[in-house]
Amino acid sequence: MTLAKNGALSLEELAALPGMPSKERLAQGPVVVIECAQEIPCNPCEAACPNGAIKVGEPITNLPVLAEEKCTGCGVCIAACPGQAIFVIDMTYSEEEATVQLPYEFLPLPAKGDLVDGLDREGQKICTARVLRVLNPKKFDRTPVITIAVPKECAMAVRNIAIRR
Amino acid sequence: MRETEFAIVGAGPAGLSAAIEAARAGVQVTLIDENDKPGGQLFKQIHKFFGSKEHYAGVRGIDIGVQLLHEVETCGVEVMLNAVVWGIFADHTLGIIHDHKNLHLKAKKILLATGASENALAFPGWTLPGVMGAGAIQTLVNIHRVLPGRRVLMVGSGNVGLIVSYQLLQAGAEVVAVLEAMPKIGGYGVHASKLRRHGVPILTSTTIKEARGKGKVEEAITIGLDEHWREIPGTEKAYQVDVICLALGLTPLSELAWMAGCQFDYIPQLGGHIPVHDANMETTVNGIYVAGDVSGIEEASTAMEEGKLAGIAVAEALGYLSAAEAACKKEVVLRRLDELRSGPFGGVRKQAKEQLHQQRCSQ
Amino acid sequence: MRVEEHPILGEMKKPNVVEIEVDGEIIPAIEGEPIAAALLAAGKSIFRYTRKRNEPRGVFCAIGRCTDCMMVVDGIPNVRTCVTPVRAGMKIQTQHGLGEFGGPLS
Ligand code: SF4
Ligand code: SF4
Ligand code: FES
Repeated sequence: MTLAKNGALSLEELAALPGMPSKERLAQGPVVVIECAQEIPCNPCEAACPNGAIKVGEPITNLPVLAEEKCTGCGVCIAACPGQAIFVIDMTYSEEEATVQLPYEFLPLPAKGDLVDGLDREGQKICTARVLRVLNPKKFDRTPVITIAVPKECAMAVRNIAIRR
Repeated sequence: MRETEFAIVGAGPAGLSAAIEAARAGVQVTLIDENDKPGGQLFKQIHKFFGSKEHYAGVRGIDIGVQLLHEVETCGVEVMLNAVVWGIFADHTLGIIHDHKNLHLKAKKILLATGASENALAFPGWTLPGVMGAGAIQTLVNIHRVLPGRRVLMVGSGNVGLIVSYQLLQAGAEVVAVLEAMPKIGGYGVHASKLRRHGVPILTSTTIKEARGKGKVEEAITIGLDEHWREIPGTEKAYQVDVICLALGLTPLSELAWMAGCQFDYIPQLGGHIPVHDANMETTVNGIYVAGDVSGIEEASTAMEEGKLAGIAVAEALGYLSAAEAACKKEVVLRRLDELRSGPFGGVRKQAKEQLHQQRCSQ
Repeated sequence: MRVEEHPILGEMKKPNVVEIEVDGEIIPAIEGEPIAAALLAAGKSIFRYTRKRNEPRGVFCAIGRCTDCMMVVDGIPNVRTCVTPVRAGMKIQTQHGLGEFGGPLS
């Protein structure tokens, strides 16, 4: 699987992105993961970050580059990205669990405490996820951001949720 | 006969932007559209746009539409709706049917911002009810809020096919697959990933073979293609669906430009026959301008910039802006267009546009 | 099927629901929406049959361009239902071939 072939980034493609935090940074606490791999004309992520942790620069087709030491993992950039390519991961959430913040523009929205399916980049269920928070303020402009807790080994794979019926 | 300084045909993103730019400079503008509401396709675009802040990046198309309409209202543009322009004559006169009556409108300058029409594809069963254009689906779902079916097969993985598939999911439909005849996905990877993580298969080197059903679509048959676009026997697959959506690209709606005698060039990267135009968006016919999809298929964001360019150029040509003022405004817009046309997706269009401009200049 | 709730567009505004008659059957419709939208929402997919081969046609472009959606509306044939707004009491008929003037009126 590759982005061009079926729409999901491969692990090799991901590893090569300038928006990927290092293993060391991931181990230190919440940090952004920018899965933006093509040179499209776009830069709202750069403007959204209050800490200057994302740089696109000129031309705006540059890939977003993460300055991982500046990122606090606040998650403000997630809803600003029209490509829904930004996630925030916290590997330090607990002994067994990590958290993933992801954009979710669907109804119904889950509620805090719900158990949902954690889906990978190809929509496959890979774990059970527990909803910790649902943020949907006006400034996110109808792109709610959901925080879920997942088993640590799933944190770099879960990128969507499915509500259980 | 009625008269105006600047007549704009088409009130989509390009036409609206041109109207605002020209009217702000003082030009008397008449904006004509065949629909009962202005906005063109903008009000079907419920997703957040790409670009930078100056291009309304991160803002949803619908909200950009609202903003543009508001500006058009406040800067004194005359908007003529339900008005079909059926002809364009040598002395810059438009033949218009408005309220079932024929009228003529003479303008000093004319902008054709007529947009594009969707390409179709003929395959066995393609005329069955349930086979629809992607634009039709967007209109029905996002404007009229009616889902024409529950299970959809999307044909075409350009940005339109990917975006409409995602919008179908948002409206509660199921998208069984997105087909792409090419060996790779046509649209932006981020749009594809948004779908893929919902489990929608995106099948490259695959096309539609047949639509089947009694009186309406009930089943779609797909087939794999080899590297020479030949069908690979035995790779047929059947999907139970009630809608087959065609998202196969657009063709400029250029009838009026042909009628006006504009010179054309065939540029496949821009969607086919394109009226040759210069960096002011003026065609080979004096005083007739083009902007948006009719001047080459691109995005709504580029259409808005091109519209602005035409609006500025017209204001300059009519004496409402000095050459220096116009040059300064144009430079800003051209820089933004340049930004939108860089990278692997936009670069092709940039080259094609430059080719067109050179032709106009060598005339 | 109507999209009552939508994550981006929100809840549907209270529509002005009226009745229209389609081939003798009363269906609900929203005043001002295109006739075609009301018919699709009611599950109708065949709008007309072609002249030569009597093949079914339904909505294809939804913007008034392809003419696939033409029906007889208040006695007038060849009306593009995708760009003709609903009025209460309209009488609509599936069109056969080129249609004929003089169907039922509202
Ligand atoms: S998570 Fe916060 S600090 Fe980190 S890049 Fe995004 S906006 Fe900046
Ligand atoms: S906003 Fe999103 S899509 Fe745009 S450049 Fe940043 S990460 Fe990529
Ligand atoms: S569906 Fe094409 S004209 Fe109505």
